[in-house]
Amino acid sequence: MTQKEWPLWEVFIRSKQGLDHKHVGSLHAADAEMAIQNARDVYTRRLEGVSIWVVESTNVHASNPDDAAAFYEPANDKIYRHPTFYQVPDSIKHM
Amino acid sequence: METLELTQEEQFQARIDADVRIEPKDWMPDAYRKTLIRQISQHAHSELVGMLPEGNWITRAPSLKRKSILLAKVQDEAGHGLYLYSAAETLGASRDQMLADLHSGKAKYSSIFNYPTLSWADMGCVGWLVDGAAILNQVPLCRTSYGPYARAMVRVCKEESFHQRQGFEIMQTLCEGSPEQKAMAQEGLNRWWWPTLMMFGPKDSESPNTAQSMNWRIKRFTNDELRQKFVDMMVPQAEFLGLTVPDPNLKWNEAKQGYDFGDVDWEEFWNVVKGNGMCNKERLQARVQAHEEGAWVREAALAHAEKRKQREAVAA
Repeated sequence: MTQKEWPLWEVFIRSKQGLDHKHVGSLHAADAEMAIQNARDVYTRRLEGVSIWVVESTNVHASNPDDAAAFYEPANDKIYRHPTFYQVPDSIKHM
Repeated sequence: METLELTQEEQFQARIDADVRIEPKDWMPDAYRKTLIRQISQHAHSELVGMLPEGNWITRAPSLKRKSILLAKVQDEAGHGLYLYSAAETLGASRDQMLADLHSGKAKYSSIFNYPTLSWADMGCVGWLVDGAAILNQVPLCRTSYGPYARAMVRVCKEESFHQRQGFEIMQTLCEGSPEQKAMAQEGLNRWWWPTLMMFGPKDSESPNTAQSMNWRIKRFTNDELRQKFVDMMVPQAEFLGLTVPDPNLKWNEAKQGYDFGDVDWEEFWNVVKGNGMCNKERLQARVQAHEEGAWVREAALAHAEKRKQREAVAA
């Protein structure tokens, strides 16, 4: 029997030139090269991508959802960061 | 402590009720996690085992076109299994453990794949009926409450409609062919119709987990609701093909705007679930054999990766 699982990799795909890579899922592979080849077979069978990134899952560090309220709170009361906060006279164009 | 736990659970349910998706690192009740792992891994196992009945016909497909299509379809099933295993892993399940549970018989997969594929028409029936039923089951799961599962299902559903169409095309070609070909199509429908109706699971009255799953929005429709939808959808398609649905009790019910249909043979259903179907042993054996015969490849790839890593470390 096998003793050890192949490591888990997170897969990111750029669907076309000009767009960001987007997370699509994960897969197991022995190394990065195999992860990219497997990602091609698993996630791009219908031309879903023109570029693939793979990152070993253990290297992904994430924010904690339990802290979300406090963590994103500073953005809450700064409505002046949005253009709609400002009143522009009707006669002013191109702003 | 206990009140805190209760609040957490209430908050969780409130998010579900507001249709907010649950993501991997969010707090969730243990039972929610367990139910999902069981359902998603069963689903993944079904995709994996589902490759076998069709793989059976790849070398005997009647033309190069049909062979290419069948290969692509079977490859899709493998892909669907992988999307789903990866979704289950976000809940903390390990891939090796899930496979071990499949191989030991502890985990279940869809009973439909324990029926044999005896003729080419069966490739039509599997695509048209079995994938048709799968789509009905799966489309609501694109809105299931657990984010990674829902996203995997969106991917699966996009690919599944090709599967159903190619199956229908096989049936249509047979039905427009010689009398022998048409008879083969009818014979296929006769064998697959009832097992397909069983795919939606036991009657609502005998499905104790349904209420909780609906409450958690893991499930969006009951088994009987989906079964009814399926019959209403498929009967006109069978009529188009000129085939007869093998159910003497099938009758249009004007009042409910749907078909009345006969009762599934539940004894057969439970018998196959318990492992006594025609192909249960053969299917599991094929999976275990493939896994064992691939062991050296998995080990060699790991050893190779390890060696390369060491070499790179020395060179650096």
